[in-house]
Amino acid sequence: MHHAWCDDWEVAYFDAASTEPLHPQAREALIAALDVGWADPARLYGPARRARMLLEQARTEVAEALGARPDEVAFTSSGTQAIHLGVLGTLHGRRRAGRRLVTSAVEHSSVLHAAGIHERDGGSVETVGVGLTGAVDLTAFRKAVLAEGTALACLQSANHEVGTVQPIAEAAAVCAEAGVPLLVDAAQTAGRMPSPGGWSVLTASAHKWGGPAGVGVLVIRKGTRWRTPLPEDDREHRRVPGFENVPAIVAAAAALRATVAESGTESARLSALVNRIRTEVPRLVPDVEVIGDPVARAPHIVTFSCLYVEGEALLTELDKAGFAVSSGSSCTASTLRPSHVLEAMGVLTHGNVRVSLPRGTSATDVDRFLSVLPEMVRRIREDAGVKQ
Amino acid sequence: MTSGQATPEGSAQPPALTIDALGKKCPIPIIMLAAQINDVPRNGIVAVLADDPAAFSDIPAWCRLKSHHHVGSYELPQRGWAIHVRRNY
Repeated sequence: MHHAWCDDWEVAYFDAASTEPLHPQAREALIAALDVGWADPARLYGPARRARMLLEQARTEVAEALGARPDEVAFTSSGTQAIHLGVLGTLHGRRRAGRRLVTSAVEHSSVLHAAGIHERDGGSVETVGVGLTGAVDLTAFRKAVLAEGTALACLQSANHEVGTVQPIAEAAAVCAEAGVPLLVDAAQTAGRMPSPGGWSVLTASAHKWGGPAGVGVLVIRKGTRWRTPLPEDDREHRRVPGFENVPAIVAAAAALRATVAESGTESARLSALVNRIRTEVPRLVPDVEVIGDPVARAPHIVTFSCLYVEGEALLTELDKAGFAVSSGSSCTASTLRPSHVLEAMGVLTHGNVRVSLPRGTSATDVDRFLSVLPEMVRRIREDAGVKQ
Repeated sequence: MTSGQATPEGSAQPPALTIDALGKKCPIPIIMLAAQINDVPRNGIVAVLADDPAAFSDIPAWCRLKSHHHVGSYELPQRGWAIHVRRNY
């Protein structure tokens, strides 16, 4: 099955964890809102009131889908900005409680970069390791959170590279015990899986659930201390600077509503396709390591590494065969370093392929992927002089 | 980025074979290791000299997958590591 959102009709798009194609309902909502939601929602005349009504309606819908109150939800310009503001703003607000930040070793780079700023400002960061599946070491996490002076703990709902779901309920219990707020980066699960509980701060990104790019969500639970790390601004309850992109926010809410409504059946369907890849790849291709937790995982992500294969060569071949996938191998990264996630897990970093299925992925495309992969890997190994 | 405290000189068993993969990108150091591990006797040590950060994490992962033993990784004076692997079978 091919989709209107792929201009190249031959491409099977398997990179939903990078960005999910725009949901048709988001597209419809976006076009309508461009006409009626363009005015400044902070003003008092008719078109402004209409823009404000659309914005607040979107806020209510997003809040409901994420298990929050509307006044806890602020829209940012990206998921990354939501994380930067969530991490640095909570640390700023809790300065008097301490200057220790606890994160897992496999968080999104935006968390690690915010942690870097905190360290340069004289704060301290404790990075908690993960096991072979990518799940955080809960014993170490508990010890780190309970240590004196911990201001904030961060844990993703599911890992963006390997799909492993983190033990949020257990982490939240530890944080509650310590009186430390927990920031949950829900970028990979918002809309696809039920929203976790127990967080003080939640972040997400609309383009990961089929909304447009340029909309992130920062949810701050009532009672959580938070102070903007940026210059003051009136927008979004003084939490996010800059004029809101109302049409994109309206489209983001429409996509979330549609994705949540579909997720019961669609997540189960995609999860079954992922299971098929997890089972078939090691059966069809020798010397492959399938990575991440086989059960406690996001429905749409599967990652594997092929021994003796250069990741870039495999991505190039897959692209030629019409498959859009990504990789955590160093040769595919601008930094020429392997993914910090794969490194922290202690799994193979070379020959790495992440397949992440968008809504509507057909079983036919998955079958075609499974049928071309073995010969592709064999040929790359042969060219590299590997005895097979 | 070290996983071993000891220096290669201080480790219990000297390598029976040293593979120079300095300047080579992953997966080449691992391809070289896989091709030559059987050149040492069982329980013998192969030292892979590598400076690609991917080799630092991938050689221990290869050992786990292939049931060989990663003895340790020792920083080299200039750059990179001597990554010691014991042939288990």
